[in-house]
Amino acid sequence: MPVSTDAKGAKVWQLRNRNQTISRWAAYLAAVAIFMWCWQRISEATTWFFVWDAPRIAADIGGRAMPPRWSYMDKLWGPLWDTLNMATLGTMLALVMAVPVAFLAARNTTPSALFIRPVALFIIVATRSINSLIWALLLVAVIGPGVFAGLMAIAFRSIGFCAKLLYEAIEEIDEKQVEAITATGASRWQVMAYGIVPQVMPAFAGISVFRWDINIRESTVLGLVGAGGIGLQLQSSLNTLAWPQVTLILLVILGAVVIGEWISAKVRGAII
Amino acid sequence: MTTVTLDERLGTGWTKPPLIPNPVLRWGLLIGALIYIVLAVSSIDVNWSRVAEGMSRGWAFVTAFFNPDFVSRGGDIWDGILESIIITITSTVVGIAISIPIGLGAARNIAPLPVYLVCRGIVALSRALNEIIVAILLVAIFGFGPLAGFLTLSFATIGFLSKLLAEDIEEMDKVQGEAIRATGSSWLQWINYGVQPQVMPRLIGLSMYRLDINFRESAVLGLVGAGGIGATLNTAFDRYEFDTAAAILLIIIVTVMVLEYLSGVIRAKVQ
Repeated sequence: MPVSTDAKGAKVWQLRNRNQTISRWAAYLAAVAIFMWCWQRISEATTWFFVWDAPRIAADIGGRAMPPRWSYMDKLWGPLWDTLNMATLGTMLALVMAVPVAFLAARNTTPSALFIRPVALFIIVATRSINSLIWALLLVAVIGPGVFAGLMAIAFRSIGFCAKLLYEAIEEIDEKQVEAITATGASRWQVMAYGIVPQVMPAFAGISVFRWDINIRESTVLGLVGAGGIGLQLQSSLNTLAWPQVTLILLVILGAVVIGEWISAKVRGAII
Repeated sequence: MTTVTLDERLGTGWTKPPLIPNPVLRWGLLIGALIYIVLAVSSIDVNWSRVAEGMSRGWAFVTAFFNPDFVSRGGDIWDGILESIIITITSTVVGIAISIPIGLGAARNIAPLPVYLVCRGIVALSRALNEIIVAILLVAIFGFGPLAGFLTLSFATIGFLSKLLAEDIEEMDKVQGEAIRATGSSWLQWINYGVQPQVMPRLIGLSMYRLDINFRESAVLGLVGAGGIGATLNTAFDRYEFDTAAAILLIIIVTVMVLEYLSGVIRAKVQ
């Protein structure tokens, strides 16, 4: 830690020397400049009249949205069932695809660390970085609107997440158990089934439930791009400015998310 | 010497112990799951002719990935990506700035009960509402444009960061805080020297992670009119311009990979 002397000759302790201080301030200045520039761009693209008017509009919408139209609930049971199915079947399908990818990506089980592992890792990153809404948009364009497109969107989106967590679990297993199974003269598949699978099974179950919970959230909005479920009702209510229905749908979505989270927390508590 | 197999010695064949020991629960869950799957699958009506028709389009999309078109809508793509990046940066900065006080308030060991409950309420609300739904409401209130996207992601960042920050503060080492307290420090000095150094590495790591998430989310906000690349992507899909869509998706994937790599480097450096 540098020490400098002031005008009177007394020693002053400093945390950093001059160059470090200057470079730090320069970094702060650059960060602030970038932020201000970004903010200016947003400001230019904004119609400020609407923003100043926002409290009035918010109050207006709030007034229209209350009370929720409870009778609309009759029409929501079907879409709610579809939403649940998209989340559940989508998660199952994703797991079926994620398990092989995870085994190919894990350093200790991949057949080839040089060629196959990077491909598996790319699949993981690519599916993870594309949002489920974009997957839904793509699949609606390809296979047409409906629950099936939403289900596939959820499945594709979840592969990366599940495979990533699973391959990390596989890499963390206890190698001694694998060695013990190998020592009995077991084949590659037997080692897999008796040495590795039992060790990653709790992680696998935890990941599935965790992803299912996330997928419940995500499947509620897929209807916005035409992929079925309760989002479809939300979209049509928004288009017709039927705010009391929007309120009810938002309450139902909130309820579904909370129940999903509760179930997932319970199940994970029981497994781990 | 005669060979005796293990099974003969045991009398019964060895089988793997089941995952769930209780047979009633095991079979009940299995049958319940089967019934559910049958019901669920039968309720999804798939228009197979439409799917078959779409397959050629799907193939066109896959091939488009090997021949992406960055040029013909280059201007739109560039504007969209820039807007996404701007939304990402501003919302992450503002989100972190707001989530630090809320995170402090949501930590039970340093906040009084009323403050704790209010802050936990904010965290719960922010986490329960889906980003897209928040974006729809904010677009309705503030009008189209990146401002709504910025507000949405700032709000979403608060729930994520405050919760994890609060958990980190709750797990911190009390002794260091007490040492600072013992010197007669003020509340702010206590937070600055007793708490902050302990949670800083984690906070930086989480902020980088959130930057990454915000970028991914900013790519879809455009679908509901809240600015960013999503609008361009939506148009590309609507016009079946798969080569442009593939170009945009590739840019998103590469950016996410770069961000992930950078955040890994930064996190390794601070921890």
